[in-house]
Amino acid sequence: MKLIMIFISASLINNFVLTYFLGICPFLGVSNKTENALNMGLATTFVMTLTAAVTWPIYTYILVKFNVPFLEYVAFIIAIAALVQLVEMYIRKSSPALYRALGIYLPLITTNCAVLGLALFMVLREYNYIESIIFGFSTGVGFTMAILMMSGIREELEFADIPRPFRGISITLIIAGMMALAFMGFAGLIRG
Amino acid sequence: MADNSFSLWHEFKKGLWQDIPPFRLVLGTCPTLAVTNSVENGFAMGLATLFVLLCSNVAVSALRKYVSAQVRIAMYVVIIALFVTLADLFLAAKFPPISKALGPYVPLIVVNCIILGRAEAFAQRSPVVPSIMDALGIGIGFMLSLMTMGFIRELLGFGSILNFKVLGDWFEPWIVMILPAGAFIVFGSLIALVNHISHRKASQGIKRSLF
Repeated sequence: MKLIMIFISASLINNFVLTYFLGICPFLGVSNKTENALNMGLATTFVMTLTAAVTWPIYTYILVKFNVPFLEYVAFIIAIAALVQLVEMYIRKSSPALYRALGIYLPLITTNCAVLGLALFMVLREYNYIESIIFGFSTGVGFTMAILMMSGIREELEFADIPRPFRGISITLIIAGMMALAFMGFAGLIRG
Repeated sequence: MADNSFSLWHEFKKGLWQDIPPFRLVLGTCPTLAVTNSVENGFAMGLATLFVLLCSNVAVSALRKYVSAQVRIAMYVVIIALFVTLADLFLAAKFPPISKALGPYVPLIVVNCIILGRAEAFAQRSPVVPSIMDALGIGIGFMLSLMTMGFIRELLGFGSILNFKVLGDWFEPWIVMILPAGAFIVFGSLIALVNHISHRKASQGIKRSLF
């Protein structure tokens, strides 16, 4: 039951993009086409799940055991960078088309604050191993959902007559604000 | 010498308007949106970022001749993570309430694209002194942007500034301004404002050169 709660909470109610503002860079950068947005979302979900699976043992069995939890930022960021590198190498080998589509955004996942944020929240909320993996996965699902919806809206916006200063990033942010308002409606799903 | 000091001043000044980080470069959006529900939080976050940016720019610039190009990004990240840990522990020891209010967003300075961006775009190919000026300019520009966001959101959301009530009882606070949605909308509108001003400046410049 707690696992389902974590899933709903991380993907809908506390959506990383729309309530914690994590992962805004790719959210703004890659959301102009639905296809790219979907690929980015899937890649991020994959990396997030792996990150949770890797950083939890690092934190519990190395940092806490040797009493150096203050090294967590350094340790996490190195682990994430290594992971992204591996995923990039794998995708380049297995699917060159996907690799071209993701382009420079794959290395950017390293500096996607959502991935590091995920590891930090995981430690902060003291999840156990299974919960952490579910948390990582559902955060990725939430991110994919947000970026996919945004790309759909932006594709329609191409035909709209937007006042000049608002074009580009500006209107995207304002729409994100409205999406955040809409997502607040999910808050009633879980009490407390 | 005059030339030299002029270019240093230029490195400083460009961060304040021409390259002001959140509004022009759209970098560092995460803290810009997350911790700007009050002027105080915006100021603390801006100061922490300024500190990290300054230290990492100096370190990257001083070490630039000793690090090979392949491992430079990894080195930047480790340097930045080091100074962020310092800033985080300092805040937690000296200013516990602020540290609590900023929460996980202090450690998230590690992945603030502004800092990595300045290391990559400026510090790795410039001597130490211009790198310091660059860090000061960009850092103060960032801090002022956060405080502007905080000012608007705190004023409309609580009717106060720096926890001091400025609007009377007649004012009905706009709760939405404190919520995440308000952050997005204020940020979007400010970007539009900056765009508008620079469009106008540009078109005036063209008129002036015509007549």
